[in-house]
Amino acid sequence: MATAAETIALPTESAYESGIWSWITTVDHKRIGTLYAVTGFIFFLVGGFEAMLIRAQLAVPNGTVIDASLYNQLFGMHALTMIFLAVMPMGAGFFNYMIPLMIGARDVAFPRLNALSYWIFLFGALLLTSSVLFGGGPDAGWFAYAPLTSEQFSPGRNMDFYVLGILTLGVSSMAAALNFAVTIINMRAPGMMMMRLPVFVWMTLIISFLLILALPPLTVALTQLLFDRHYTTHFLDPNGGGDPLLWQHLFWTFGHPEVYVLILPAMGIVSETLPVFSKKPLFGYRAIVFSGIAIGFLGWAVWAHHMYTTGLGPVQQSIFAGTTMTIGIPTGIKIFNWMATMYGGSIRFTTSMYFAVSFLATFTIGGISGVMHASPPIDTQQQDTYWVVAHLHYVLMGGAVMGIFSGIYYWFPKMTGRFLDEGLGKLHFWLFFIGMNMTFFPMHFLGTAGMPRRIYTYDSGLGWDFWNMFATIGSLVITVALLVFIFNFFRSMRTEPNAPNNPWNAPGLEWATSSPPPEHDFDVIPEVRDRDPLWYDRDNGHAPAEPVPGTHIHLPPPSYYPILMALGTLLLAVGPLTHLAITALGIPVIIYSIWGWALEPTD
Amino acid sequence: MTTTDPQSDFTETVHGVYVIVTILASIVFVVVLATILVLAIVFRERPGREARQFHGNTRLEIVWTIIPVAIVAIIAVPTFFAIADTTDPPPEDAITIEVTGHQWWFEFNYVDEGLITGNEIHIPAGQPVSFVLESADVIHSFWIPQLVGKMDLVPGHTTGLWFTANDDAARSEAYLGQCAEFCGLSHANMRFRVFVDTPADYATWVANQNADRTTPSTDALIAGEELFLASACVGCHTVNGTSAVGGRVGPDLSHIGSRETLAAGIMENNRENLIAWISNPENEKPGVVLMPAFENLMTPEQIESIADYLLSLK
Repeated sequence: MATAAETIALPTESAYESGIWSWITTVDHKRIGTLYAVTGFIFFLVGGFEAMLIRAQLAVPNGTVIDASLYNQLFGMHALTMIFLAVMPMGAGFFNYMIPLMIGARDVAFPRLNALSYWIFLFGALLLTSSVLFGGGPDAGWFAYAPLTSEQFSPGRNMDFYVLGILTLGVSSMAAALNFAVTIINMRAPGMMMMRLPVFVWMTLIISFLLILALPPLTVALTQLLFDRHYTTHFLDPNGGGDPLLWQHLFWTFGHPEVYVLILPAMGIVSETLPVFSKKPLFGYRAIVFSGIAIGFLGWAVWAHHMYTTGLGPVQQSIFAGTTMTIGIPTGIKIFNWMATMYGGSIRFTTSMYFAVSFLATFTIGGISGVMHASPPIDTQQQDTYWVVAHLHYVLMGGAVMGIFSGIYYWFPKMTGRFLDEGLGKLHFWLFFIGMNMTFFPMHFLGTAGMPRRIYTYDSGLGWDFWNMFATIGSLVITVALLVFIFNFFRSMRTEPNAPNNPWNAPGLEWATSSPPPEHDFDVIPEVRDRDPLWYDRDNGHAPAEPVPGTHIHLPPPSYYPILMALGTLLLAVGPLTHLAITALGIPVIIYSIWGWALEPTD
Repeated sequence: MTTTDPQSDFTETVHGVYVIVTILASIVFVVVLATILVLAIVFRERPGREARQFHGNTRLEIVWTIIPVAIVAIIAVPTFFAIADTTDPPPEDAITIEVTGHQWWFEFNYVDEGLITGNEIHIPAGQPVSFVLESADVIHSFWIPQLVGKMDLVPGHTTGLWFTANDDAARSEAYLGQCAEFCGLSHANMRFRVFVDTPADYATWVANQNADRTTPSTDALIAGEELFLASACVGCHTVNGTSAVGGRVGPDLSHIGSRETLAAGIMENNRENLIAWISNPENEKPGVVLMPAFENLMTPEQIESIADYLLSLK
């Protein structure tokens, strides 16, 4: 992908250069999307491996597979890996690859910033994960409640890796969120009005604003923790005039919107796949979009429901109970509209549709259990028990991951030009569906039977033995499901690309170009006349515009400044872990990168 | 540890809301899942079926906005009443117990009775008991599933809750409690026991706990006490009626022999376990570093002698 300005090629011809260097310097949204998706999936497997060790330890009472120290690292690393290194990046993979295609653009607004986001994410992820090689991973959970995280109670490097890893990842998310907000607002094709945007694009826009607003409080909290640990401040130290509850307020002000950052991509994906495979338009587009916006706003008013048992007092409990239950209303509206989308359809049950329909069911279970412990009195019994573990996994596995798999099977032909095998896909689905429910549904019973979270051992005779073993067997079924998917992926990648432009007869713009798309996405930027543009054009006899010979398409040239700047950022973060001289070394690297970046010729 | 067999006014109030919400949730669960299944079967692709093209229906949107609003309202009303019930201040005549969370055990201080104990408490049935919660180190959470919901012990804050155990809740078997907020390495090993007694039994227990330690009755026990008082034990532990007073770093041992369990509810209180504990506490409970491994400081015979003495302190 060298030429800055080139005569357009036919969509079937690839202008891509290959080789490692071309990937390192790429600023192409499709390649960056692929990098995000593949990296995210690899970390999904890492997080899954951590979960398997946890389930192995808990399979029987007084388990001896791993010790307390390792267990406490694993449940924290499992959460951090799944949230920051797997589900968010897999979502970002779809944003990167699909958003420009779906809005009819040739790239994102800031392609080099996009590359910077990916490389900082990768380095942050490696920094956080490398903690297991240098003395141990974060061992106070992903929530890292003060004052357990102080130098006094966590003297090792574990929590420093947490602080610096998450700070680094935050830089990446912030840059990506700004990039996508600007892209979606400014880069739409002619006629792509806001109320014609695909729901997936709308959800990405909402997520972008959530991240832009949620990352600052997290950054403040992490910086306070870093300074408390090493530079003698006392923000969170009750013995120095600080308050450990300050951490909880700041953390959950980030942490709850973060939940919607994880689930909204899945809501966007099924809003694409349900109509396509029901062969009819999305029911209640406006209701779904505005419900998403409402969830985005309400997400800011519910953080203290994570803190019902900290002694908030009756007024605060009542207010946060009210706001939290209110979120059930737009969520319910969305579910009803998705169901109505199936009504009257002629539903083609592809693997993607299996996952989308299953999303409706399993996410609903997570939604219902969420409304249940929105009630503070009930939460005094369910907080910090396996009930909450069941709830959050129905939202994240039954919601976010189901949605992501629906998206993978749906967009795979577009991204690779190849189909995943439907037979293996359905085997993957059924194993995943059964394993997921076997693992997480019994956790409702365990929570009701009083089993607390985050315990590495438990006694027999409390009624917990059977369901723990059952859940562990379920987690093995999930493992088999993922192996089937991986096999399916590699098997498909060995076949010849044969996917047509629009194999599912879908209405979105991403299907108006070749599979996979050419480097410049579209030969001619499409004109949008309806919310379902390809269906409208088909039914009204609009043929795609012919490319004008000799047109020059401007594409940004590759650049190595993004990865260099990401390396500089990594040096900043490594400094407090080792020697501040390394931080000092990072500063000139970053300044040099900014300098080169700014003066780099763009055509 | 079950949450569905409430034995106090607090947990019965909570359970009342839980039952209402669970019934509603089950109805929503069944209706939504059944509808999805029916839609998937009825509208599956078949020869001759054409998908009907329509975009929405305002009347339906209003209907299914009202349905979740109504469900939420039905849940909210009993919730608000239950919040009021579970957060009101304790009555004047409540027995006040100060709870201090430590990594990883609970200290209980009966303020009015003037007695201090650790990890195992007795309370009377039918009488309000108020817990005042504080922490000596990190955040812990106090939870007795059958008697009271969770409340966190936050350093720098004082929290509290109270309940009245049902009149028929008295039994010889303990109600189990456990720390419910992750508090470090041995969070899983921070448990406690609550015995609900009849008022008469409770009075007997208080009188016994308030008395000085049982005076050693045999030469072996007297030797054990001498060894104990000359050891590092007294730096942290108190035994009333001896020179070991004032140490509150570790649990009060004045009546350790009367407890069912050792080391915050993780093992039965017997000679073998106590010897193992004194010999090397960290073997039994990862992360316990304040108490040294006495196997490095004493002979096995000395540890056995101290264990026998402690078990005699009924």
